[in-house]
Amino acid sequence: MFRKRPDSAAPTVPVSVEGRDIRVPAGASAAAAMLLAGFAAIRETGVTGTPRGPYCLVGVCFDCFAEINGIPNRQSCMVRVAPGMAIRRQHGRRAVEVNDA
Amino acid sequence: MTPDRVDLAIIGAGPAGMAAAALAAELGLDTVLIDEQDSPGGQIYRGIERAPENTPLGADYLAGKSLAASLRASGAAYLPATTIWHIDPDGTLSLISAGASRTLRAHRILIATGAIERPVPIPGWTLPGVMTAGAAQIMLKTADLVPAGRAVLAGQGPLLWLVAAQLIRAGAPPAAILETTPHRNYHAAARLLPATLWPGRRALRKGLALIREVRRAGIPIRREVRGLRAIGRATGDKSVERVVWDGGEIAADLLLLHEGVIPNTQISLALGLDHRWDAAQLCWRPAVDEWGATGVPTIAIAGDGGGIAGAAAASLSGRLAALDAAAFLDKLDPAERDRRARPLRAALKRQLAIRPFLDALYRPAPAVLVPADDIVACRCEEVTVAQIRRAARLGAQGPNQAKAFTRCGMGPCQGRICGPIVSAVMAETLGKPIAEIGAYRPRAPYKPITLGALAGLGAE
Repeated sequence: MFRKRPDSAAPTVPVSVEGRDIRVPAGASAAAAMLLAGFAAIRETGVTGTPRGPYCLVGVCFDCFAEINGIPNRQSCMVRVAPGMAIRRQHGRRAVEVNDA
Repeated sequence: MTPDRVDLAIIGAGPAGMAAAALAAELGLDTVLIDEQDSPGGQIYRGIERAPENTPLGADYLAGKSLAASLRASGAAYLPATTIWHIDPDGTLSLISAGASRTLRAHRILIATGAIERPVPIPGWTLPGVMTAGAAQIMLKTADLVPAGRAVLAGQGPLLWLVAAQLIRAGAPPAAILETTPHRNYHAAARLLPATLWPGRRALRKGLALIREVRRAGIPIRREVRGLRAIGRATGDKSVERVVWDGGEIAADLLLLHEGVIPNTQISLALGLDHRWDAAQLCWRPAVDEWGATGVPTIAIAGDGGGIAGAAAASLSGRLAALDAAAFLDKLDPAERDRRARPLRAALKRQLAIRPFLDALYRPAPAVLVPADDIVACRCEEVTVAQIRRAARLGAQGPNQAKAFTRCGMGPCQGRICGPIVSAVMAETLGKPIAEIGAYRPRAPYKPITLGALAGLGAE
């Protein structure tokens, strides 16, 4: 999907994407890390389960919802990577977990 | 810490917001600049503070450095990584940052939320690997990342050529450019050329140089492309595999769409401010006076959010709004405001000289506004154009009623993407002008927030 610019001198940070460790430029968003890792699709829609990837990358379309450090429904284009960040795709609609007391 | 009530709260740290904040602080206004990103620049100058001098993004991009530097050097408080989720016309802003919400009060609020790319609803626009041209540019600006494999640029407008040139300089030339400018646009633009030639000469020269740069790189260019559609892989992630148009096709790993930019009216519409349909730029724009002031005395708008004019014009309109805010708060004599505005207005006039020509040349084809029936208009709730038409025929009189009929605009993007499409489709179906059909009335929270953040607000 994407690769580093050939002459890039951007520093990188280690993150994990779908459990795989990769280094991504420090200025990248979590969505960019996904695209760099080769995932065109980040989520499946809640309505029909169709694969989707980021469309706008500026916080408008909300098609980049992902699970970041265990929290789903994060707008991944709006979250900058940090060392050790765990980024995962999310599948379908979220559900509320009810824990009986 | 920022005090309980500031003089001026500015939303958005793009060229308008940065310029307004620096000048307002200089004029003695207690100023706060709030921005969703973690560094100043907006989208046009995104990542500007980290950009090397030899960036493939070019000299116009680097011009943002001085704006960011003057913001940093000013006395304005800058709140990065902070999202506005509600504004009350009494001057109360509800903010969220690092998962916690709080409120801030201001005597005046300046909305400088800029532009968004116009949605380009072609068949297959929801496929993974189909993005906007601006999205590819954000990858380059923020992370020095370029497309791998075959990237096809399709659509029209200055940004299309700019992104093509930037990708070439970055060592990742696009596989092809499919320009959608309809033939009749050339005639319409040609009529405006004599009046544009001299006042708009710098912008024209810049544009022609970009197109030449792309041609010299040997990128295949198709003109007057119609019937554009993206075809996805049959299996796996279904990501884009081919781009097809009437009379041709090309293999693609990435399709980058662009049909110009439109004002980001999410907050101004939510506030219920008066909006007009701009028949030249084919978009909604808030009604503002020559200072960016709206019908609500506490609220003003600067930059592309008040009508598309570009980054240089945005910083000028930001300064005009700062002068007006200072006069509004009795920190500047109105005569002095007018005197200081004069050179800014002259410069703004020069920046606007090219606009009528660009608006005519790059006017989107009708199918961009009113796509075919089977196309998904609302990406979030997966509502097709046909469903919106049906709602209109069943009695929905405008976009807000269509929501209730179909759920269009009720997903997480809150109508940011489908808004222009739904208004245009309903206008066509009902045979009424768009101005009469109206736009979505977005509601707070402007961006989704967690219940935890809301609960924390009450505990303050």
